Amino acid sequence: MVTPAHPMDQLQQRVNADARLVWRGRWVDTTFLVEAGDAAWLVQVAAGRIAAVKRGPLVMPSWSFALRAPKDAWNTFWLPNPPPGFHDLLALVKYRALRIEGNVHPFMANLLYFKGVMAAPRPRESVAGGVQ
Amino acid sequence: MSAHFEPITGRYLRIDLLGKPHRVYVEEAGQGIPLLCLHTASSDTRQFRGLMNDARVLEHFRVIAFDLPWHGKSSPPAGWQNADYQLTSRDYVAMILTMMDALALDRPVVMGCSIGGRMALHLALDHPERFRAIIGLQAGAHVDPYYDLSWLHRPDVHGGEVSAGIVSGLMGPRSPEAERWETLWHYMQGGPGVFKGDLYFYTVDGDIRGRLADIDTTRCPLYLLSGEYDYSCTPEDTLDAARRINGAQATIMKGLGHFPMSEDPQRFMTYLLPILDRIHGASGVA
Repeated sequence: MVTPAHPMDQLQQRVNADARLVWRGRWVDTTFLVEAGDAAWLVQVAAGRIAAVKRGPLVMPSWSFALRAPKDAWNTFWLPNPPPGFHDLLALVKYRALRIEGNVHPFMANLLYFKGVMAAPRPRESVAGGVQ
Repeated sequence: MSAHFEPITGRYLRIDLLGKPHRVYVEEAGQGIPLLCLHTASSDTRQFRGLMNDARVLEHFRVIAFDLPWHGKSSPPAGWQNADYQLTSRDYVAMILTMMDALALDRPVVMGCSIGGRMALHLALDHPERFRAIIGLQAGAHVDPYYDLSWLHRPDVHGGEVSAGIVSGLMGPRSPEAERWETLWHYMQGGPGVFKGDLYFYTVDGDIRGRLADIDTTRCPLYLLSGEYDYSCTPEDTLDAARRINGAQATIMKGLGHFPMSEDPQRFMTYLLPILDRIHGASGVA
Protein backbone atom coordinates (compact mmCIF):
# COMPACT_ATOMS: atom_id res chain seq x y z
CA MET A 1 0.00 0.00 0.00
CA VAL A 2 1.33 3.39 -1.02
CA THR A 3 1.08 6.21 1.51
CA PRO A 4 -0.43 9.30 -0.10
CA ALA A 5 2.08 12.08 -0.54
CA HIS A 6 1.89 14.94 1.92
CA PRO A 7 0.72 18.19 0.26
CA MET A 8 4.05 19.81 1.15
CA ASP A 9 5.80 17.08 -0.86
CA GLN A 10 4.02 18.40 -3.95
CA LEU A 11 4.65 22.08 -3.36
CA GLN A 12 7.86 22.39 -5.37
CA GLN A 13 6.62 20.64 -8.50
CA ARG A 14 3.22 22.36 -8.47
CA VAL A 15 4.61 25.87 -8.04
CA ASN A 16 7.42 25.47 -10.56
CA ALA A 17 4.97 24.08 -13.14
CA ASP A 18 2.84 27.23 -12.87
CA ALA A 19 4.69 29.77 -15.01
CA ARG A 20 2.37 32.65 -14.10
CA LEU A 21 2.75 31.99 -10.38
CA VAL A 22 6.54 31.85 -10.73
CA TRP A 23 6.34 35.16 -12.63
CA ARG A 24 4.27 36.68 -9.83
CA GLY A 25 7.09 35.81 -7.42
CA ARG A 26 9.94 36.85 -9.73
CA TRP A 27 11.37 39.24 -7.12
CA VAL A 28 11.16 36.77 -4.23
CA ASP A 29 14.40 35.33 -2.87
CA THR A 30 13.84 34.04 0.63
CA THR A 31 13.45 31.00 2.84
CA PHE A 32 10.33 30.50 4.93
CA LEU A 33 9.18 27.96 7.47
CA VAL A 34 5.93 26.02 7.40
CA GLU A 35 4.79 24.29 10.57
CA ALA A 36 1.86 21.90 10.79
CA GLY A 37 1.61 20.86 14.39
CA ASP A 38 4.98 19.30 15.25
CA ALA A 39 6.00 18.82 11.60
CA ALA A 40 8.07 21.46 9.83
CA TRP A 41 9.35 22.29 6.36
CA LEU A 42 11.86 24.86 5.19
CA VAL A 43 10.95 26.28 1.77
CA GLN A 44 13.65 28.02 -0.25
CA VAL A 45 12.49 30.41 -2.98
CA ALA A 46 14.75 31.76 -5.73
CA ALA A 47 13.28 34.27 -8.20
CA GLY A 48 9.82 32.81 -7.66
CA ARG A 49 10.85 29.19 -8.21
CA ILE A 50 10.87 26.76 -5.31
CA ALA A 51 14.54 25.80 -5.13
CA ALA A 52 14.13 23.30 -2.30
CA VAL A 53 11.69 22.01 0.30
CA LYS A 54 13.43 20.44 3.27
CA ARG A 55 11.36 18.44 5.71
CA GLY A 56 12.19 18.52 9.43
CA PRO A 57 13.42 17.81 11.93
CA LEU A 58 15.44 20.94 11.29
CA VAL A 59 18.65 21.82 13.09
CA MET A 60 19.13 25.56 13.61
CA PRO A 61 16.88 26.57 10.69
CA SER A 62 17.25 30.09 9.32
CA TRP A 63 14.16 31.69 7.78
CA SER A 64 12.58 35.08 7.10
CA PHE A 65 9.03 34.28 8.19
CA ALA A 66 7.11 31.33 9.54
CA LEU A 67 3.57 30.08 8.82
CA ARG A 68 2.42 28.09 11.85
CA ALA A 69 -0.94 26.34 12.12
CA PRO A 70 -2.29 23.13 13.63
CA LYS A 71 -2.06 20.08 11.39
CA ASP A 72 -5.85 19.82 11.05
CA ALA A 73 -6.13 23.44 9.90
CA TRP A 74 -3.58 22.87 7.10
CA ASN A 75 -5.25 19.61 6.09
CA THR A 76 -8.60 21.40 5.79
CA PHE A 77 -6.93 24.27 3.88
CA TRP A 78 -5.56 21.73 1.37
CA LEU A 79 -8.91 20.03 0.72
CA PRO A 80 -10.08 20.31 -2.90
CA ASN A 81 -12.90 22.65 -1.85
CA PRO A 82 -12.13 23.95 1.63
CA PRO A 83 -15.07 25.30 3.65
CA PRO A 84 -15.39 29.01 4.48
CA GLY A 85 -12.74 30.03 6.99
CA PHE A 86 -10.21 27.50 5.67
CA HIS A 87 -10.12 28.62 2.03
CA ASP A 88 -7.44 31.33 2.31
CA LEU A 89 -4.32 32.04 4.38
CA LEU A 90 -5.76 35.27 5.78
CA ALA A 91 -9.00 33.47 6.65
CA LEU A 92 -6.89 31.12 8.77
CA VAL A 93 -5.27 34.19 10.35
CA LYS A 94 -8.63 35.84 11.02
CA TYR A 95 -9.94 32.74 12.79
CA ARG A 96 -6.71 32.45 14.81
CA ALA A 97 -5.64 29.14 13.23
CA LEU A 98 -2.56 30.49 11.45
CA ARG A 99 0.21 32.61 12.96
CA ILE A 100 2.54 34.50 10.62
CA GLU A 101 5.73 35.43 12.42
CA GLY A 102 9.18 36.83 11.79
CA ASN A 103 10.10 39.31 9.07
CA VAL A 104 6.76 39.38 7.27
CA HIS A 105 7.84 42.00 4.72
CA PRO A 106 8.48 39.50 1.89
CA PHE A 107 5.17 37.80 2.68
CA MET A 108 3.12 41.02 2.60
CA ALA A 109 4.99 42.52 -0.38
CA ASN A 110 4.19 39.34 -2.37
CA LEU A 111 0.89 38.37 -0.78
CA LEU A 112 -0.85 37.04 -3.89
CA TYR A 113 2.26 34.98 -4.69
CA PHE A 114 2.51 33.33 -1.28
CA LYS A 115 -1.25 32.66 -1.21
CA GLY A 116 -0.77 30.91 -4.54
CA VAL A 117 2.25 28.96 -3.34
CA MET A 118 0.53 27.57 -0.27
CA ALA A 119 -2.64 26.75 -2.22
CA ALA A 120 -0.67 25.03 -5.01
CA PRO A 121 -0.74 21.53 -3.43
CA ARG A 122 -4.54 21.42 -3.48
CA PRO A 123 -5.86 18.56 -5.61
CA ARG A 124 -6.35 19.35 -9.27
CA GLU A 125 -10.15 19.42 -9.12
CA SER A 126 -9.91 22.29 -6.65
CA VAL A 127 -11.75 25.49 -7.55
CA ALA A 128 -10.24 27.43 -4.66
CA GLY A 129 -6.72 27.80 -5.99
CA GLY A 130 -7.39 30.30 -8.75
CA VAL A 131 -7.38 33.77 -7.34
CA GLN A 132 -5.29 33.24 -4.28
CA MET B 1 -19.41 40.57 -29.65
CA SER B 2 -20.90 43.53 -31.43
CA ALA B 3 -20.00 46.93 -30.04
CA HIS B 4 -22.70 48.49 -27.94
CA PHE B 5 -23.13 51.02 -25.16
CA GLU B 6 -24.29 49.88 -21.75
CA PRO B 7 -27.32 51.65 -20.25
CA ILE B 8 -25.05 53.39 -17.72
CA THR B 9 -24.28 57.10 -18.01
CA GLY B 10 -21.57 58.85 -16.01
CA ARG B 11 -21.04 62.53 -15.29
CA TYR B 12 -18.89 64.70 -13.07
CA LEU B 13 -20.64 66.75 -10.41
CA ARG B 14 -19.07 69.93 -9.09
CA ILE B 15 -20.14 70.16 -5.46
CA ASP B 16 -18.97 71.43 -2.09
CA LEU B 17 -18.45 68.54 0.34
CA LEU B 18 -17.23 69.03 3.90
CA GLY B 19 -16.73 72.71 3.14
CA LYS B 20 -14.43 72.19 0.15
CA PRO B 21 -15.00 72.16 -3.61
CA HIS B 22 -15.04 68.65 -5.05
CA ARG B 23 -15.32 66.97 -8.43
CA VAL B 24 -17.36 63.81 -7.94
CA TYR B 25 -18.03 61.11 -10.50
CA VAL B 26 -21.66 59.92 -10.58
CA GLU B 27 -23.17 57.06 -12.56
CA GLU B 28 -26.76 56.09 -13.07
CA ALA B 29 -29.00 53.74 -15.02
CA GLY B 30 -32.69 52.90 -15.09
CA GLN B 31 -35.77 54.76 -13.98
CA GLY B 32 -38.18 54.73 -11.09
CA ILE B 33 -37.43 54.38 -7.40
CA PRO B 34 -33.99 55.85 -6.66
CA LEU B 35 -31.53 53.19 -5.45
CA LEU B 36 -28.34 54.76 -4.13
CA CYS B 37 -25.37 52.36 -4.02
CA LEU B 38 -22.29 52.77 -1.80
CA HIS B 39 -19.09 51.00 -2.84
CA THR B 40 -16.57 49.26 -0.58
CA ALA B 41 -13.34 50.67 0.85
CA SER B 42 -10.74 51.70 -1.75
CA SER B 43 -12.97 50.73 -4.67
CA ASP B 44 -15.54 52.58 -6.79
CA THR B 45 -18.85 52.50 -8.64
CA ARG B 46 -17.69 49.79 -11.06
CA GLN B 47 -18.59 47.29 -8.37
CA PHE B 48 -22.24 47.87 -9.28
CA ARG B 49 -21.81 47.22 -13.02
CA GLY B 50 -23.92 44.07 -12.84
CA LEU B 51 -26.80 45.81 -11.11
CA MET B 52 -26.68 48.71 -13.57
CA ASN B 53 -26.83 46.35 -16.52
CA ASP B 54 -29.68 44.18 -15.26
CA ALA B 55 -32.95 44.95 -17.04
CA ARG B 56 -34.93 43.43 -14.18
CA VAL B 57 -33.58 46.13 -11.87
CA LEU B 58 -33.62 49.03 -14.33
CA GLU B 59 -37.31 48.56 -15.14
CA HIS B 60 -38.40 49.92 -11.76
CA PHE B 61 -35.30 51.45 -10.20
CA ARG B 62 -33.07 54.39 -10.99
CA VAL B 63 -29.71 53.05 -9.81
CA ILE B 64 -27.27 55.77 -8.76
CA ALA B 65 -23.72 55.39 -7.51
CA PHE B 66 -20.93 57.86 -6.95
CA ASP B 67 -17.23 57.44 -6.31
CA LEU B 68 -16.38 58.80 -2.88
CA PRO B 69 -13.77 61.58 -3.01
CA TRP B 70 -10.28 60.00 -3.37
CA HIS B 71 -11.86 56.93 -5.07
CA GLY B 72 -12.32 55.89 -8.68
CA LYS B 73 -12.71 58.95 -10.89
CA SER B 74 -13.53 61.36 -8.04
CA SER B 75 -10.57 63.52 -7.15
CA PRO B 76 -9.35 64.29 -3.67
CA PRO B 77 -9.87 67.94 -2.68
CA ALA B 78 -7.17 70.51 -3.51
CA GLY B 79 -4.34 70.32 -1.00
CA TRP B 80 -4.73 66.57 -0.51
CA GLN B 81 -0.98 66.13 -0.62
CA ASN B 82 -0.60 67.90 2.72
CA ALA B 83 -2.64 65.55 4.91
CA ASP B 84 -3.42 61.87 5.40
CA TYR B 85 -6.78 60.65 4.15
CA GLN B 86 -8.95 59.31 6.95
CA LEU B 87 -12.67 58.56 6.64
CA THR B 88 -14.86 59.28 9.67
CA SER B 89 -18.49 58.43 10.35
CA ARG B 90 -19.45 62.09 10.52
CA ASP B 91 -17.84 62.99 7.19
CA TYR B 92 -19.17 59.89 5.43
CA VAL B 93 -22.77 60.59 6.52
CA ALA B 94 -22.44 64.26 5.61
CA MET B 95 -21.16 63.46 2.10
CA ILE B 96 -24.00 61.02 1.43
CA LEU B 97 -26.74 63.39 2.59
CA THR B 98 -25.20 66.30 0.66
CA MET B 99 -25.02 64.20 -2.49
CA MET B 100 -28.65 63.12 -2.02
CA ASP B 101 -29.75 66.75 -1.72
CA ALA B 102 -27.74 67.80 -4.77
CA LEU B 103 -29.19 64.95 -6.84
CA ALA B 104 -32.69 65.65 -5.47
CA LEU B 105 -33.14 62.03 -4.42
CA ASP B 106 -36.50 61.69 -2.65
CA ARG B 107 -36.34 58.96 -0.02
CA PRO B 108 -34.12 56.61 -2.02
CA VAL B 109 -33.34 53.05 -1.17
CA VAL B 110 -29.74 52.98 -0.03
CA MET B 111 -27.60 49.87 -0.46
CA GLY B 112 -24.01 49.83 0.74
CA CYS B 113 -21.36 47.12 0.94
CA SER B 114 -18.64 46.64 3.57
CA ILE B 115 -17.83 50.20 4.73
CA GLY B 116 -21.02 51.05 2.83
CA GLY B 117 -22.78 48.28 4.73
CA ARG B 118 -21.60 49.71 8.03
CA MET B 119 -22.77 53.10 6.82
CA ALA B 120 -26.16 51.56 6.05
CA LEU B 121 -26.45 50.77 9.76
CA HIS B 122 -25.45 54.34 10.67
CA LEU B 123 -28.08 55.73 8.29
CA ALA B 124 -30.71 53.36 9.69
CA LEU B 125 -29.86 54.61 13.16
CA ASP B 126 -29.60 58.35 12.59
CA HIS B 127 -31.48 59.15 9.37
CA PRO B 128 -34.21 56.56 8.76
CA GLU B 129 -36.68 59.24 7.62
CA ARG B 130 -34.49 60.01 4.61
CA PHE B 131 -34.81 56.50 3.13
CA ARG B 132 -37.50 54.19 1.79
CA ALA B 133 -35.52 51.08 2.66
CA ILE B 134 -31.95 50.28 3.66
CA ILE B 135 -29.94 47.30 2.44
CA GLY B 136 -26.66 46.46 4.16
CA LEU B 137 -24.31 44.12 2.29
CA GLN B 138 -21.55 42.57 4.41
CA ALA B 139 -22.76 44.76 7.24
CA GLY B 140 -21.68 44.32 10.83
CA ALA B 141 -21.34 46.63 13.81
CA HIS B 142 -17.59 46.17 14.16
CA VAL B 143 -14.64 44.19 12.79
CA ASP B 144 -11.69 42.76 14.67
CA PRO B 145 -8.47 43.74 12.87
CA TYR B 146 -6.61 40.62 11.79
CA TYR B 147 -3.62 42.25 10.09
CA ASP B 148 -1.52 45.37 10.57
CA LEU B 149 -3.09 48.11 8.45
CA SER B 150 0.26 49.90 8.05
CA TRP B 151 1.18 47.36 5.34
CA LEU B 152 -1.39 49.02 3.09
CA HIS B 153 0.55 52.26 2.79
CA ARG B 154 4.33 52.18 2.80
CA PRO B 155 6.72 52.85 -0.07
CA ASP B 156 8.46 49.46 0.04
CA VAL B 157 5.24 47.52 -0.60
CA HIS B 158 3.14 48.06 -3.73
CA GLY B 159 -0.15 49.40 -2.38
CA GLY B 160 -2.29 48.10 -5.21
CA GLU B 161 -0.85 44.60 -5.13
CA VAL B 162 -1.02 44.23 -1.35
CA SER B 163 -4.59 45.58 -1.29
CA ALA B 164 -5.62 43.00 -3.87
CA GLY B 165 -3.83 40.33 -1.85
CA ILE B 166 -5.66 41.37 1.29
CA VAL B 167 -9.11 41.08 -0.31
CA SER B 168 -8.59 38.18 -2.77
CA GLY B 169 -9.63 35.49 -0.31
CA LEU B 170 -12.69 37.42 0.82
CA MET B 171 -14.52 36.30 -2.32
CA GLY B 172 -16.26 33.00 -2.85
CA PRO B 173 -13.83 30.56 -4.53
CA ARG B 174 -16.56 29.54 -7.00
CA SER B 175 -17.42 33.08 -8.06
CA PRO B 176 -16.58 33.54 -11.76
CA GLU B 177 -12.87 34.04 -12.34
CA ALA B 178 -13.29 37.07 -14.61
CA GLU B 179 -15.52 38.87 -12.09
CA ARG B 180 -13.16 38.09 -9.21
CA TRP B 181 -10.17 39.47 -11.07
CA GLU B 182 -12.18 42.52 -12.21
CA THR B 183 -12.94 43.14 -8.54
CA LEU B 184 -9.24 42.83 -7.68
CA TRP B 185 -8.28 45.22 -10.48
CA HIS B 186 -10.37 47.93 -8.84
CA TYR B 187 -8.39 47.36 -5.65
CA MET B 188 -5.12 47.46 -7.52
CA GLN B 189 -6.10 50.92 -8.78
CA GLY B 190 -6.79 52.45 -5.39
CA GLY B 191 -4.80 55.57 -4.50
CA PRO B 192 -1.96 55.47 -1.97
CA GLY B 193 -3.32 55.23 1.57
CA VAL B 194 -6.97 55.32 0.56
CA PHE B 195 -7.75 51.73 1.62
CA LYS B 196 -6.06 52.35 4.95
CA GLY B 197 -7.91 55.65 5.38
CA ASP B 198 -11.27 53.99 4.69
CA LEU B 199 -10.49 51.25 7.19
CA TYR B 200 -10.15 53.87 9.92
CA PHE B 201 -13.93 54.21 9.63
CA TYR B 202 -14.37 50.43 9.35
CA THR B 203 -12.16 49.38 12.27
CA VAL B 204 -12.20 52.34 14.65
CA ASP B 205 -14.45 55.35 14.13
CA GLY B 206 -17.50 53.58 12.72
CA ASP B 207 -17.91 51.05 15.52
CA ILE B 208 -21.59 51.12 16.51
CA ARG B 209 -21.85 47.99 18.63
CA GLY B 210 -23.38 49.90 21.51
CA ARG B 211 -26.11 51.59 19.46
CA LEU B 212 -27.57 48.84 17.27
CA ALA B 213 -30.59 48.24 19.49
CA ASP B 214 -31.67 51.85 18.91
CA ILE B 215 -32.31 51.23 15.20
CA ASP B 216 -36.06 51.42 14.61
CA THR B 217 -37.01 49.34 11.60
CA THR B 218 -40.62 50.51 11.80
CA ARG B 219 -39.33 53.88 10.51
CA CYS B 220 -37.37 52.28 7.66
CA PRO B 221 -37.10 48.60 6.71
CA LEU B 222 -33.60 47.13 7.05
CA TYR B 223 -32.33 44.18 5.05
CA LEU B 224 -28.94 42.54 5.63
CA LEU B 225 -27.28 40.25 3.07
CA SER B 226 -23.87 38.68 3.71
CA GLY B 227 -21.77 36.16 1.81
CA GLU B 228 -20.67 33.01 3.61
CA TYR B 229 -16.98 33.23 2.59
CA ASP B 230 -16.44 36.70 4.04
CA TYR B 231 -13.99 36.62 6.93
CA SER B 232 -13.84 40.43 7.23
CA CYS B 233 -17.49 40.99 8.05
CA THR B 234 -18.34 37.39 8.88
CA PRO B 235 -21.79 35.80 8.61
CA GLU B 236 -21.70 35.65 12.41
CA ASP B 237 -21.12 39.44 12.55
CA THR B 238 -24.19 40.06 10.39
CA LEU B 239 -26.38 37.59 12.25
CA ASP B 240 -25.27 39.11 15.55
CA ALA B 241 -26.28 42.57 14.28
CA ALA B 242 -29.63 41.21 13.13
CA ARG B 243 -30.28 39.71 16.55
CA ARG B 244 -29.72 43.10 18.16
CA ILE B 245 -31.92 45.05 15.73
CA ASN B 246 -35.62 44.37 16.15
CA GLY B 247 -37.17 43.73 12.75
CA ALA B 248 -33.94 43.46 10.74
CA GLN B 249 -34.07 40.74 8.10
CA ALA B 250 -30.77 38.93 7.53
CA THR B 251 -29.85 36.35 4.91
CA ILE B 252 -26.51 34.56 4.48
CA MET B 253 -25.72 34.17 0.78
CA LYS B 254 -24.32 30.79 -0.23
CA GLY B 255 -21.18 30.74 -2.32
CA LEU B 256 -20.60 34.49 -2.09
CA GLY B 257 -18.06 36.54 -0.18
CA HIS B 258 -17.35 40.16 0.68
CA PHE B 259 -18.15 41.69 -2.75
CA PRO B 260 -21.39 39.98 -3.79
CA MET B 261 -22.51 42.55 -6.38
CA SER B 262 -19.09 42.52 -8.07
CA GLU B 263 -17.68 39.00 -7.62
CA ASP B 264 -20.81 37.21 -8.90
CA PRO B 265 -23.56 39.61 -10.00
CA GLN B 266 -25.83 36.85 -11.29
CA ARG B 267 -25.82 34.86 -8.07
CA PHE B 268 -26.21 38.05 -6.05
CA MET B 269 -29.33 38.94 -8.03
CA THR B 270 -31.08 35.80 -6.79
CA TYR B 271 -30.87 37.29 -3.30
CA LEU B 272 -31.40 40.96 -4.14
CA LEU B 273 -34.32 40.80 -6.59
CA PRO B 274 -36.87 39.46 -4.05
CA ILE B 275 -35.98 42.36 -1.75
CA LEU B 276 -36.29 44.90 -4.57
CA ASP B 277 -39.65 43.37 -5.52
CA ARG B 278 -40.89 43.86 -1.96
CA ILE B 279 -39.67 47.46 -1.90
CA HIS B 280 -41.26 48.12 -5.27
CA GLY B 281 -44.53 46.54 -4.18
CA ALA B 282 -44.58 48.50 -0.93
CA SER B 283 -43.93 51.75 -2.77
CA GLY B 284 -47.15 51.41 -4.74
CA VAL B 285 -45.36 52.40 -7.93
CA ALA B 286 -46.87 51.01 -11.10
